[in-house]
Amino acid sequence: MPSPAKIEVRGLSYYYGATKALSDVSLSIPAKAITALFGPAGGGKTTLLRLFNRLNDLLAGTRRQGDILLDGESIFAPGLDVTSLRRRVGMVFALPLPLPLSIRDNVSYGPRLAGQHNHHRLDEVVEKALRDAAIWDEVKDRLDAPALSLSGGQQQRLCIARVLALQPEVILLDEPTSGLDPISTARIEESLQALKRDYTIVIVPHSVQQAARVADEAAFMLMGELVEHGPGAQLFTKPKDERTENYLMGRFG
Amino acid sequence: MLRRWGIGPKQTGKIAAAIVWMAAILTLLLLAFILVYVLWNGLPQLSLSFLFGNPTNMGRSGGIWPMIVSTAFLSVLSVLIATPVGVATAIYLTEYTREGRLTRIIRFGTEALAGIPSIIFGLFGFVFFVIYLGLGWSVLSGALTLSIMILPTIVRTAEEAILTVPRPYREVSFSLGATRWQVVTTVVLPGALPGIVTGIILGLGRTVGETAAVILTAGSALHMPHSLFSPARTMAVHFYILAREGISDANAWGTGAVLLISILLINVLINQAVQRLASRRMVR
Repeated sequence: MPSPAKIEVRGLSYYYGATKALSDVSLSIPAKAITALFGPAGGGKTTLLRLFNRLNDLLAGTRRQGDILLDGESIFAPGLDVTSLRRRVGMVFALPLPLPLSIRDNVSYGPRLAGQHNHHRLDEVVEKALRDAAIWDEVKDRLDAPALSLSGGQQQRLCIARVLALQPEVILLDEPTSGLDPISTARIEESLQALKRDYTIVIVPHSVQQAARVADEAAFMLMGELVEHGPGAQLFTKPKDERTENYLMGRFG
Repeated sequence: MLRRWGIGPKQTGKIAAAIVWMAAILTLLLLAFILVYVLWNGLPQLSLSFLFGNPTNMGRSGGIWPMIVSTAFLSVLSVLIATPVGVATAIYLTEYTREGRLTRIIRFGTEALAGIPSIIFGLFGFVFFVIYLGLGWSVLSGALTLSIMILPTIVRTAEEAILTVPRPYREVSFSLGATRWQVVTTVVLPGALPGIVTGIILGLGRTVGETAAVILTAGSALHMPHSLFSPARTMAVHFYILAREGISDANAWGTGAVLLISILLINVLINQAVQRLASRRMVR
Protein backbone atom coordinates (compact mmCIF):
# COMPACT_ATOMS: atom_id res chain seq x y z
CA MET A 1 0.00 0.00 0.00
CA PRO A 2 1.79 3.16 -1.12
CA SER A 3 1.30 5.83 1.51
CA PRO A 4 1.30 9.51 0.56
CA ALA A 5 4.66 11.27 0.80
CA LYS A 6 5.02 13.49 3.87
CA ILE A 7 8.39 14.87 2.88
CA GLU A 8 9.62 15.18 -0.68
CA VAL A 9 13.30 15.91 -1.33
CA ARG A 10 13.91 17.24 -4.81
CA GLY A 11 17.35 17.41 -6.44
CA LEU A 12 18.95 18.58 -3.21
CA SER A 13 22.64 19.54 -3.15
CA TYR A 14 24.25 21.13 -0.11
CA TYR A 15 27.65 22.63 0.56
CA TYR A 16 29.60 23.57 3.67
CA GLY A 17 31.88 26.18 2.16
CA ALA A 18 33.61 24.35 -0.69
CA THR A 19 32.77 20.89 0.66
CA LYS A 20 29.85 19.16 -0.97
CA ALA A 21 27.82 17.31 1.64
CA LEU A 22 24.79 16.33 -0.42
CA SER A 23 24.76 15.64 -4.13
CA ASP A 24 21.50 15.82 -6.06
CA VAL A 25 19.45 13.84 -3.52
CA SER A 26 15.84 13.03 -4.37
CA LEU A 27 13.76 11.05 -1.92
CA SER A 28 10.18 10.79 -0.81
CA ILE A 29 9.43 9.96 2.79
CA PRO A 30 6.06 8.32 3.44
CA ALA A 31 3.74 9.52 6.20
CA LYS A 32 3.27 7.47 9.38
CA ALA A 33 6.12 5.10 8.78
CA ILE A 34 9.74 4.83 9.89
CA THR A 35 12.29 5.81 7.29
CA ALA A 36 15.92 5.00 8.05
CA LEU A 37 18.78 6.95 6.46
CA PHE A 38 21.81 4.72 6.78
CA GLY A 39 25.35 4.44 5.47
CA PRO A 40 28.92 5.11 6.54
CA ALA A 41 29.97 8.27 8.37
CA GLY A 42 30.26 11.38 6.26
CA GLY A 43 27.50 10.26 3.90
CA GLY A 44 25.29 13.28 4.54
CA LYS A 45 22.63 11.59 6.69
CA THR A 46 22.80 14.06 9.54
CA THR A 47 23.05 16.99 7.13
CA LEU A 48 19.85 15.87 5.42
CA LEU A 49 18.13 15.43 8.78
CA ARG A 50 19.19 18.89 9.92
CA LEU A 51 17.82 20.39 6.72
CA PHE A 52 14.35 18.94 7.37
CA ASN A 53 13.90 21.29 10.36
CA ARG A 54 16.26 23.94 8.97
CA LEU A 55 18.56 23.66 11.98
CA ASN A 56 21.45 24.17 9.58
CA ASP A 57 20.23 27.74 9.12
CA LEU A 58 22.36 28.46 12.20
CA LEU A 59 25.57 27.67 10.33
CA ALA A 60 27.50 30.19 8.29
CA GLY A 61 28.88 29.64 4.81
CA THR A 62 26.48 26.97 3.58
CA ARG A 63 24.80 26.79 0.19
CA ARG A 64 21.85 24.83 -1.10
CA GLN A 65 20.35 23.85 -4.42
CA GLY A 66 17.11 21.97 -4.82
CA ASP A 67 14.15 21.88 -2.48
CA ILE A 68 12.41 20.03 0.32
CA LEU A 69 8.61 19.89 0.42
CA LEU A 70 6.60 19.21 3.55
CA ASP A 71 3.02 18.29 2.65
CA GLY A 72 3.72 19.64 -0.82
CA GLU A 73 5.00 23.03 0.28
CA SER A 74 8.61 24.19 0.25
CA ILE A 75 10.14 24.55 3.71
CA PHE A 76 12.51 27.13 2.25
CA ALA A 77 9.69 29.37 1.00
CA PRO A 78 10.44 33.02 1.78
CA GLY A 79 8.36 34.28 4.68
CA LEU A 80 7.89 30.79 6.14
CA ASP A 81 7.94 30.86 9.94
CA VAL A 82 10.93 28.69 10.89
CA THR A 83 9.83 28.32 14.52
CA SER A 84 6.50 26.82 13.49
CA LEU A 85 8.29 24.56 10.99
CA ARG A 86 10.46 23.30 13.86
CA ARG A 87 7.36 22.62 15.94
CA ARG A 88 5.96 20.54 13.08
CA VAL A 89 9.27 18.74 12.55
CA GLY A 90 10.75 17.81 15.94
CA MET A 91 14.27 16.52 16.49
CA VAL A 92 15.96 14.11 18.90
CA PHE A 93 19.74 14.42 19.05
CA ALA A 94 22.44 11.78 19.23
CA LEU A 95 23.29 12.51 22.84
CA PRO A 96 20.50 12.90 25.36
CA LEU A 97 20.40 16.63 25.90
CA PRO A 98 17.99 17.51 28.67
CA LEU A 99 18.15 21.19 29.53
CA PRO A 100 19.28 21.90 33.12
CA LEU A 101 15.67 22.12 34.27
CA SER A 102 13.25 19.79 36.03
CA ILE A 103 11.72 16.82 34.20
CA ARG A 104 8.41 18.66 33.97
CA ASP A 105 9.96 21.88 32.68
CA ASN A 106 11.93 20.03 30.03
CA VAL A 107 8.78 18.50 28.58
CA SER A 108 6.71 21.67 28.82
CA TYR A 109 9.55 23.77 27.40
CA GLY A 110 8.35 23.66 23.78
CA PRO A 111 4.69 24.42 24.52
CA ARG A 112 5.73 27.25 26.84
CA LEU A 113 7.90 28.74 24.07
CA ALA A 114 4.83 28.62 21.87
CA GLY A 115 2.94 30.70 24.43
CA GLN A 116 1.05 28.03 26.39
CA HIS A 117 1.15 29.07 30.05
CA ASN A 118 -2.00 27.46 31.42
CA HIS A 119 -0.70 25.15 34.16
CA HIS A 120 -3.58 22.74 33.94
CA ARG A 121 -3.17 22.41 30.19
CA LEU A 122 0.62 22.07 30.47
CA ASP A 123 0.25 19.27 33.02
CA GLU A 124 -1.95 17.37 30.59
CA VAL A 125 0.53 17.84 27.75
CA VAL A 126 3.42 16.73 29.96
CA GLU A 127 1.62 13.59 31.12
CA LYS A 128 0.55 12.58 27.63
CA ALA A 129 4.01 13.15 26.16
CA LEU A 130 5.71 11.18 28.94
CA ARG A 131 3.20 8.33 28.54
CA ASP A 132 3.71 8.22 24.78
CA ALA A 133 7.47 8.14 25.26
CA ALA A 134 6.99 5.21 27.68
CA ILE A 135 8.66 6.91 30.62
CA TRP A 136 5.67 8.18 32.63
CA ASP A 137 5.66 5.33 35.15
CA GLU A 138 9.32 5.90 35.96
CA VAL A 139 9.10 9.64 36.56
CA LYS A 140 5.52 10.42 37.56
CA ASP A 141 6.45 10.72 41.24
CA ARG A 142 9.37 13.06 40.69
CA LEU A 143 8.40 15.42 37.91
CA ASP A 144 10.12 18.26 39.71
CA ALA A 145 13.46 16.47 40.03
CA PRO A 146 16.30 17.70 37.82
CA ALA A 147 16.24 16.01 34.43
CA LEU A 148 19.98 15.46 34.72
CA SER A 149 19.35 13.07 37.63
CA LEU A 150 17.84 10.51 35.22
CA SER A 151 19.86 7.69 33.64
CA GLY A 152 21.08 8.08 30.06
CA GLY A 153 18.32 5.93 28.60
CA GLN A 154 15.67 7.76 30.61
CA GLN A 155 17.12 11.10 29.54
CA GLN A 156 16.82 10.13 25.90
CA ARG A 157 13.19 9.02 26.34
CA LEU A 158 12.60 12.32 28.14
CA CYS A 159 14.01 14.06 25.07
CA ILE A 160 11.57 12.12 22.91
CA ALA A 161 8.75 13.17 25.24
CA ARG A 162 9.93 16.75 24.94
CA VAL A 163 9.54 16.52 21.16
CA LEU A 164 6.15 14.79 21.46
CA ALA A 165 4.91 17.64 23.64
CA LEU A 166 5.18 19.87 20.57
CA GLN A 167 2.57 17.63 18.91
CA PRO A 168 4.74 17.51 15.80
CA GLU A 169 3.93 15.79 12.52
CA VAL A 170 7.43 14.53 11.85
CA ILE A 171 10.04 13.28 14.33
CA LEU A 172 13.70 13.28 13.31
CA LEU A 173 16.08 11.09 15.29
CA ASP A 174 19.83 11.39 14.80
CA GLU A 175 21.43 8.19 16.14
CA PRO A 176 19.20 8.43 19.21
CA THR A 177 20.62 5.29 20.83
CA SER A 178 24.31 5.77 20.09
CA GLY A 179 25.21 6.34 23.73
CA LEU A 180 22.82 3.82 25.25
CA ASP A 181 22.94 0.25 26.50
CA PRO A 182 21.08 -2.55 24.63
CA ILE A 183 18.08 -2.55 27.00
CA SER A 184 17.52 1.20 26.73
CA THR A 185 18.00 0.87 22.97
CA ALA A 186 15.35 -1.83 22.75
CA ARG A 187 12.89 0.29 24.75
CA ILE A 188 13.37 3.24 22.43
CA GLU A 189 12.97 1.07 19.35
CA GLU A 190 9.73 -0.31 20.84
CA SER A 191 8.34 3.13 21.47
CA LEU A 192 9.18 4.13 17.88
CA GLN A 193 7.05 1.24 16.65
CA ALA A 194 4.17 2.58 18.72
CA LEU A 195 4.75 6.18 17.69
CA LYS A 196 4.70 5.53 13.95
CA ARG A 197 0.93 5.11 14.12
CA ASP A 198 0.66 8.85 14.66
CA TYR A 199 3.92 10.33 13.41
CA THR A 200 6.18 10.31 10.39
CA ILE A 201 9.55 9.18 11.69
CA VAL A 202 12.94 9.68 10.05
CA ILE A 203 15.83 8.05 11.85
CA VAL A 204 19.56 7.89 11.32
CA PRO A 205 20.14 4.52 13.00
CA HIS A 206 23.39 3.85 14.77
CA SER A 207 23.92 0.52 13.03
CA VAL A 208 22.73 -1.46 10.02
CA GLN A 209 21.13 -3.92 12.44
CA GLN A 210 19.07 -1.17 13.97
CA ALA A 211 18.10 0.06 10.50
CA ALA A 212 16.94 -3.45 9.63
CA ARG A 213 14.99 -3.78 12.89
CA VAL A 214 13.04 -0.55 12.75
CA ALA A 215 12.81 0.62 9.15
CA ASP A 216 9.72 0.42 7.00
CA GLU A 217 11.56 2.40 4.36
CA ALA A 218 15.30 2.67 4.03
CA ALA A 219 17.68 4.87 2.10
CA PHE A 220 21.37 4.16 1.69
CA MET A 221 23.58 7.25 1.57
CA LEU A 222 27.21 7.23 0.53
CA MET A 223 29.46 10.29 0.28
CA GLY A 224 26.56 12.70 -0.15
CA GLU A 225 24.77 10.58 -2.69
CA LEU A 226 21.55 8.68 -2.24
CA VAL A 227 22.55 5.31 -3.67
CA GLU A 228 19.19 3.59 -3.40
CA HIS A 229 16.02 3.60 -1.39
CA GLY A 230 12.99 1.40 -1.04
CA PRO A 231 11.01 -0.70 1.42
CA GLY A 232 13.28 -1.96 4.18
CA ALA A 233 12.33 -5.59 3.65
CA GLN A 234 13.50 -5.43 0.05
CA LEU A 235 16.54 -3.18 0.50
CA PHE A 236 18.13 -5.17 3.31
CA THR A 237 17.63 -8.57 1.67
CA LYS A 238 17.90 -7.86 -2.05
CA PRO A 239 19.73 -4.58 -2.61
CA LYS A 240 19.81 -3.49 -6.23
CA ASP A 241 23.02 -1.54 -6.12
CA GLU A 242 26.37 -3.25 -5.72
CA ARG A 243 27.59 -0.54 -3.29
CA THR A 244 24.62 -1.12 -0.99
CA GLU A 245 25.26 -4.82 -1.05
CA ASN A 246 28.95 -4.35 -0.26
CA TYR A 247 28.10 -2.11 2.67
CA LEU A 248 25.47 -4.48 4.04
CA MET A 249 27.93 -7.35 3.73
CA GLY A 250 30.39 -5.34 5.78
CA ARG A 251 32.93 -4.95 2.98
CA PHE A 252 33.45 -1.27 3.90
CA GLY A 253 32.20 1.44 6.21
CA MET B 1 71.00 22.91 32.55
CA LEU B 2 69.56 21.58 35.81
CA ARG B 3 70.65 18.12 34.72
CA ARG B 4 74.25 19.26 34.65
CA TRP B 5 74.03 20.15 38.35
CA GLY B 6 72.71 16.71 39.05
CA ILE B 7 69.10 17.82 39.52
CA GLY B 8 66.65 15.29 38.03
CA PRO B 9 62.95 15.64 37.21
CA LYS B 10 61.95 14.59 40.73
CA GLN B 11 64.02 17.30 42.35
CA THR B 12 62.82 19.83 39.78
CA GLY B 13 59.25 18.91 40.73
CA LYS B 14 59.99 19.42 44.40
CA ILE B 15 61.62 22.80 43.78
CA ALA B 16 58.70 23.92 41.60
CA ALA B 17 56.21 22.81 44.26
CA ALA B 18 58.13 24.77 46.89
CA ILE B 19 58.18 27.90 44.71
CA VAL B 20 54.45 27.91 43.90
CA TRP B 21 53.69 27.16 47.54
CA MET B 22 55.79 30.08 48.70
CA ALA B 23 54.21 32.39 46.13
CA ALA B 24 50.76 31.43 47.36
CA ILE B 25 51.75 32.01 50.98
CA LEU B 26 53.28 35.38 50.07
CA THR B 27 50.05 36.46 48.35
CA LEU B 28 48.01 35.35 51.31
CA LEU B 29 50.28 37.16 53.77
CA LEU B 30 50.18 40.40 51.76
CA LEU B 31 46.39 40.31 51.64
CA ALA B 32 46.14 39.50 55.32
CA PHE B 33 48.62 42.24 56.19
CA ILE B 34 46.69 44.93 54.31
CA LEU B 35 43.40 43.73 55.74
CA VAL B 36 44.67 43.63 59.30
CA TYR B 37 46.50 46.95 58.96
CA VAL B 38 43.41 48.80 57.73
CA LEU B 39 41.09 47.18 60.26
CA TRP B 40 43.61 47.65 63.10
CA ASN B 41 43.77 51.38 62.43
CA GLY B 42 40.15 51.80 61.37
CA LEU B 43 38.01 49.64 63.63
CA PRO B 44 38.73 51.68 66.81
CA GLN B 45 37.19 54.73 65.08
CA LEU B 46 33.92 52.98 64.36
CA SER B 47 30.88 53.80 66.38
CA LEU B 48 27.21 54.36 65.67
CA SER B 49 27.75 58.11 65.64
CA PHE B 50 30.64 57.70 63.17
CA LEU B 51 28.57 55.48 60.85
CA PHE B 52 25.32 57.43 61.04
CA GLY B 53 26.49 60.96 61.84
CA ASN B 54 27.19 63.92 59.60
CA PRO B 55 30.77 65.09 59.20
CA THR B 56 31.63 68.27 61.04
CA ASN B 57 34.58 70.59 60.68
CA MET B 58 35.41 69.32 57.13
CA GLY B 59 35.48 65.73 58.34
CA ARG B 60 37.89 66.33 61.19
CA SER B 61 35.13 65.14 63.46
CA GLY B 62 31.64 63.72 63.13
CA GLY B 63 30.54 60.78 60.99
CA ILE B 64 30.45 59.58 57.41
CA TRP B 65 26.77 58.76 56.83
CA PRO B 66 26.50 61.01 53.73
CA MET B 67 29.55 59.29 52.25
CA ILE B 68 28.11 55.84 52.81
CA VAL B 69 24.86 56.90 51.14
CA SER B 70 26.72 58.63 48.28
CA THR B 71 28.86 55.55 47.65
CA ALA B 72 25.85 53.25 47.53
CA PHE B 73 23.87 55.69 45.40
CA LEU B 74 26.66 56.22 42.87
CA SER B 75 27.78 52.58 42.63
CA VAL B 76 24.33 51.05 42.35
CA LEU B 77 23.33 53.63 39.77
CA SER B 78 26.42 53.04 37.62
CA VAL B 79 25.93 49.27 37.75
CA LEU B 80 22.25 49.72 36.86
CA ILE B 81 23.30 51.73 33.82
CA ALA B 82 26.25 49.58 32.73
CA THR B 83 24.74 46.11 33.23
CA PRO B 84 21.91 46.24 30.65
CA VAL B 85 24.16 47.86 28.06
CA GLY B 86 27.09 45.55 28.77
CA VAL B 87 25.08 42.33 28.85
CA ALA B 88 23.16 43.31 25.73
CA THR B 89 26.45 44.00 23.94
CA ALA B 90 27.76 40.60 25.00
CA ILE B 91 24.55 38.95 23.75
CA TYR B 92 24.91 40.75 20.45
CA LEU B 93 28.54 39.67 20.08
CA THR B 94 27.87 36.02 20.88
CA GLU B 95 24.33 35.29 19.71
CA TYR B 96 23.26 37.80 17.11
CA THR B 97 26.24 38.17 14.84
CA ARG B 98 29.01 36.17 13.33
CA GLU B 99 32.67 37.02 13.74
CA GLY B 100 33.47 39.87 11.43
CA ARG B 101 34.80 43.40 11.17
CA LEU B 102 32.18 44.83 13.50
CA THR B 103 32.72 42.30 16.30
CA ARG B 104 36.48 42.83 16.04
CA ILE B 105 36.01 46.59 16.33
CA ILE B 106 33.73 46.20 19.37
CA ARG B 107 36.15 43.78 21.04
CA PHE B 108 39.13 46.01 20.31
CA GLY B 109 37.19 48.98 21.65
CA THR B 110 36.21 47.29 24.91
CA GLU B 111 39.73 46.01 25.43
CA ALA B 112 41.21 49.43 24.81
CA LEU B 113 38.62 50.95 27.15
CA ALA B 114 39.55 48.44 29.85
CA GLY B 115 43.17 49.55 29.80
CA ILE B 116 42.57 53.30 30.09
CA PRO B 117 43.46 54.90 33.46
CA SER B 118 40.36 55.96 35.36
CA ILE B 119 41.39 59.62 35.44
CA ILE B 120 40.95 59.74 31.67
CA PHE B 121 37.35 58.62 32.14
CA GLY B 122 37.08 61.29 34.81
CA LEU B 123 38.34 63.94 32.42
CA PHE B 124 35.96 62.77 29.71
CA GLY B 125 33.06 62.74 32.19
CA PHE B 126 34.02 66.23 33.36
CA VAL B 127 34.16 67.66 29.84
CA PHE B 128 31.13 65.82 28.47
CA PHE B 129 28.63 65.25 31.30
CA VAL B 130 29.57 68.00 33.75
CA ILE B 131 30.28 70.84 31.30
CA TYR B 132 28.84 70.03 27.88
CA LEU B 133 25.59 68.38 29.00
CA GLY B 134 25.44 70.77 31.92
CA LEU B 135 24.81 68.08 34.51
CA GLY B 136 27.29 69.72 36.85
CA TRP B 137 29.16 67.89 39.58
CA SER B 138 26.44 65.42 40.40
CA VAL B 139 25.57 61.84 41.25
CA LEU B 140 24.28 61.47 37.69
CA SER B 141 27.51 62.71 36.04
CA GLY B 142 29.53 60.45 38.33
CA ALA B 143 27.36 57.38 37.72
CA LEU B 144 27.39 57.86 33.95
CA THR B 145 31.19 58.21 33.96
CA LEU B 146 31.70 55.19 36.20
CA SER B 147 29.28 53.12 34.10
CA ILE B 148 31.44 53.79 31.03
CA MET B 149 34.50 52.86 33.05
CA ILE B 150 33.12 49.46 34.11
CA LEU B 151 31.40 48.69 30.82
CA PRO B 152 34.38 46.76 29.35
CA THR B 153 34.60 44.57 32.45
CA ILE B 154 30.91 43.73 32.27
CA VAL B 155 30.95 43.09 28.52
CA ARG B 156 33.96 40.80 28.69
CA THR B 157 32.92 38.76 31.71
CA ALA B 158 29.38 38.43 30.35
CA GLU B 159 30.74 37.34 26.97
CA GLU B 160 32.98 34.73 28.55
CA ALA B 161 30.12 33.49 30.71
CA ILE B 162 27.81 33.23 27.72
CA LEU B 163 30.40 31.27 25.75
CA THR B 164 30.54 28.65 28.52
CA VAL B 165 26.89 27.71 27.90
CA PRO B 166 27.15 24.54 25.79
CA ARG B 167 26.28 25.07 22.14
CA PRO B 168 24.05 21.95 21.97
CA TYR B 169 21.67 23.57 24.47
CA ARG B 170 21.10 26.32 21.95
CA GLU B 171 20.42 23.81 19.19
CA VAL B 172 17.95 21.94 21.39
CA SER B 173 16.17 25.17 22.15
CA PHE B 174 16.04 26.20 18.49
CA SER B 175 14.88 22.73 17.49
CA LEU B 176 11.96 23.01 19.92
CA GLY B 177 10.73 26.13 18.15
CA ALA B 178 12.47 28.87 20.10
CA THR B 179 13.10 32.24 18.54
CA ARG B 180 16.61 33.63 18.92
CA TRP B 181 15.46 35.84 21.79
CA GLN B 182 13.78 32.89 23.52
CA VAL B 183 17.03 30.95 23.24
CA VAL B 184 18.77 33.89 24.91
CA THR B 185 16.26 34.25 27.75
CA THR B 186 15.58 30.56 28.47
CA VAL B 187 18.96 28.94 27.88
CA VAL B 188 21.80 31.40 27.45
CA LEU B 189 21.18 33.93 30.22
CA PRO B 190 20.20 31.44 32.94
CA GLY B 191 23.33 29.42 32.19
CA ALA B 192 25.55 32.47 32.10
CA LEU B 193 24.05 34.16 35.16
CA PRO B 194 26.75 33.29 37.71
CA GLY B 195 29.48 34.59 35.39
CA ILE B 196 27.52 37.72 34.57
CA VAL B 197 27.05 38.43 38.26
CA THR B 198 30.78 38.00 38.81
CA GLY B 199 31.34 40.73 36.24
CA ILE B 200 28.82 42.95 37.99
CA ILE B 201 30.58 42.44 41.33
CA LEU B 202 33.94 43.30 39.76
CA GLY B 203 32.38 46.43 38.29
CA LEU B 204 30.73 47.33 41.58
CA GLY B 205 34.03 46.92 43.38
CA ARG B 206 35.76 49.25 40.95
CA THR B 207 33.10 51.95 41.36
CA VAL B 208 33.15 51.70 45.15
CA GLY B 209 36.91 52.11 45.22
CA GLU B 210 37.24 54.77 42.51
CA THR B 211 38.48 58.25 43.42
CA ALA B 212 39.94 60.20 40.49
CA ALA B 213 36.98 59.79 38.15
CA VAL B 214 34.54 60.54 40.98
CA ILE B 215 36.19 63.76 42.16
CA LEU B 216 36.12 65.12 38.62
CA THR B 217 32.48 64.25 37.95
CA ALA B 218 30.55 63.96 41.23
CA GLY B 219 32.57 66.53 43.13
CA SER B 220 33.40 66.28 46.80
CA ALA B 221 30.58 68.03 48.60
CA LEU B 222 30.24 66.98 52.23
CA HIS B 223 26.47 67.07 52.54
CA MET B 224 23.94 64.34 51.88
CA PRO B 225 22.96 64.06 48.18
CA HIS B 226 19.21 64.57 47.89
CA SER B 227 18.76 63.95 44.16
CA LEU B 228 20.50 62.72 41.01
CA PHE B 229 21.70 66.26 40.46
CA SER B 230 23.33 66.79 43.85
CA PRO B 231 27.09 66.64 44.12
CA ALA B 232 28.36 63.86 46.36
CA ARG B 233 31.45 62.62 48.14
CA THR B 234 31.97 58.86 48.24
CA MET B 235 33.85 57.02 50.98
CA ALA B 236 36.89 56.52 48.76
CA VAL B 237 37.02 60.23 47.92
CA HIS B 238 36.49 61.13 51.58
CA PHE B 239 39.35 58.86 52.56
CA TYR B 240 41.55 60.41 49.90
CA ILE B 241 40.80 63.99 50.93
CA LEU B 242 41.14 63.33 54.68
CA ALA B 243 44.48 61.63 54.19
CA ARG B 244 45.85 63.82 51.39
CA GLU B 245 45.05 67.09 53.08
CA GLY B 246 46.06 65.85 56.50
CA ILE B 247 42.62 66.58 57.93
CA SER B 248 42.24 63.51 60.10
CA ASP B 249 44.19 60.28 59.86
CA ALA B 250 41.93 58.59 62.38
CA ASN B 251 38.77 59.33 60.45
CA ALA B 252 40.50 58.36 57.21
CA TRP B 253 41.30 54.92 58.62
CA GLY B 254 37.76 54.63 59.94
CA THR B 255 36.39 55.38 56.49
CA GLY B 256 38.85 52.90 54.98
CA ALA B 257 37.66 50.17 57.31
CA VAL B 258 34.01 50.79 56.44
CA LEU B 259 34.93 50.77 52.74
CA LEU B 260 36.74 47.47 53.06
CA ILE B 261 34.02 45.81 55.11
CA SER B 262 31.32 46.92 52.72
CA ILE B 263 33.19 45.49 49.71
CA LEU B 264 33.63 42.16 51.52
CA LEU B 265 29.96 42.20 52.46
CA ILE B 266 28.86 42.90 48.88
CA ASN B 267 30.90 39.96 47.61
CA VAL B 268 29.54 37.53 50.16
CA LEU B 269 25.91 38.61 49.82
CA ILE B 270 25.84 38.57 46.03
CA ASN B 271 27.61 35.21 45.85
CA GLN B 272 25.03 33.74 48.19
CA ALA B 273 22.19 35.24 46.19
CA VAL B 274 23.56 33.74 42.98
CA GLN B 275 23.91 30.32 44.54
CA ARG B 276 20.36 30.41 45.84
CA LEU B 277 19.12 31.54 42.43
CA ALA B 278 21.07 28.82 40.63
CA SER B 279 19.85 26.04 42.91
CA ARG B 280 16.26 27.21 42.74
CA ARG B 281 16.43 27.09 38.98
CA MET B 282 17.55 23.47 39.15
CA VAL B 283 14.70 22.47 41.42
CA ARG B 284 11.82 24.25 39.76
